[in-house]
Amino acid sequence: MQSFSSNFLNWDVVQTYVPDLLAGMWVTIKLTVIILCCGLLAGTGLALVRMARLRLLNVAIIVFVDVVRALPPLMLMVVAYFGLPYLGIRLTGFAVACIVLASVLAAFTEELLWAGLSTVSVGQYEAARSTGLTFLQMMRSVVLPQAFRLIQAPLASRIIATTKNTALASVVAVPELLSQANTAQGYSGNASPLTAASLGYLIILLPMVVVARRFERRREAA
Amino acid sequence: MSAETLVRDAASEVAGHEPATAVLELRGLHKSFGPLSVLRGIDLVVREGEMVFLIGPSGSGKSTLLRCCNRLEAPTGGAVLVEGRDILGPKVDINQIRRRIGMVFQSFNLYPHMTARQNVTLALCKVARKSKAEADVIARRMLDRVGLSDRIDYYPRALSGGQQQRVAIARTLALEPRIVLFDEPTSALDPELVAGVLGVMRMLRDEGMTMVVVSHEMRFAREAADRIVFMADGEIVEQGTPGDIFSAPRHPRLRAFLSSLGTI
Repeated sequence: MQSFSSNFLNWDVVQTYVPDLLAGMWVTIKLTVIILCCGLLAGTGLALVRMARLRLLNVAIIVFVDVVRALPPLMLMVVAYFGLPYLGIRLTGFAVACIVLASVLAAFTEELLWAGLSTVSVGQYEAARSTGLTFLQMMRSVVLPQAFRLIQAPLASRIIATTKNTALASVVAVPELLSQANTAQGYSGNASPLTAASLGYLIILLPMVVVARRFERRREAA
Repeated sequence: MSAETLVRDAASEVAGHEPATAVLELRGLHKSFGPLSVLRGIDLVVREGEMVFLIGPSGSGKSTLLRCCNRLEAPTGGAVLVEGRDILGPKVDINQIRRRIGMVFQSFNLYPHMTARQNVTLALCKVARKSKAEADVIARRMLDRVGLSDRIDYYPRALSGGQQQRVAIARTLALEPRIVLFDEPTSALDPELVAGVLGVMRMLRDEGMTMVVVSHEMRFAREAADRIVFMADGEIVEQGTPGDIFSAPRHPRLRAFLSSLGTI
């Protein structure tokens, strides 16, 4: 018991690395915000493009979505980070993490939203068009709000999973929270920084989980 | 020209409109879905202030005809003229024309995530480019007209079917259409809620609104219509005043249809 607390709950060790851990947490938050914004926007865009029902474009979207959803994000990240330089494309680890995780989120968002869009009744589209709304006005004000409401619970869990996946960026040398904690653990020979980092993840993720639960309840009530 | 039309013309001139011009004109309208020919050469002129009922057996093409008038369906042949302008041309801004052609649906199609007021203001803000305050004033006035001023901030799910349909009519009227198309507006309603919707339509008729109505409410058609158009198999078989159609039907198909409804 004594050795557990000195190895995992050692405040003296943690104290030394608090600035590094806070810096890591800041990087994690930046990653999260960028990935969520880009991923959700891109996923919505893909679903809208798919509505145009242009054959070739739709095949391309479906292939992209299925491949990205099938591959482990860690693998995508490693391949992009270590493989792309051979093609003359040199990206920072931060950029690679953003692109890969945003793509994965975009793929899931597209798939969920596509299902949601097809459950909005035809009458909604017709009412909107008959009052003269353009396609984009109709989607923005009438159809997408209804579709997002339908998929909010699964989308919320996907957002949580994506946020946790930012920890994968530690593999491609992004100094985010887990990476900082790992480094601190290496220097100090003590696991307490990892405990502190998990506290950091809880601070970021618990509010998300609580909000997601509220969505879940609202769906049950509906 | 009948005395009644003359009176209405005078009334509409006072209101600053053109005299009884054709608001909607269909010329040789065809529509097919693949091999299935639903409309086979429809010629129809609807004049200002007229209330025209389309009746006929199901599958006769009544709803398709309405939906071709605002291009919810793309006709496969012929012409649709609204206020004298062909709306099928490639350079036509269909969204500006749809503003002028209201449509009321069987299933109301209110936006469920918006209040009655928001349902009315959406197109006012986005299509008619009114300010939020202006749109709000219009929404109040329109909901008041259909007798729902006390339901202005209700969501559709908290309204009865009849109230929902009246909100849908308010949403359409708010854009100041030249003509309103009603696609079986009371078919999805419980019998006791039908009267409220018909009452609103009667009010519009008395105000001189131009309307084309697909409906199975024969008693209402008989009382309110200026003209009744009987369709069968994608063609206009017979048309005339309610008196002609109900009291002296000529075509055997019309007679068969009316007797199947127990109307004669």
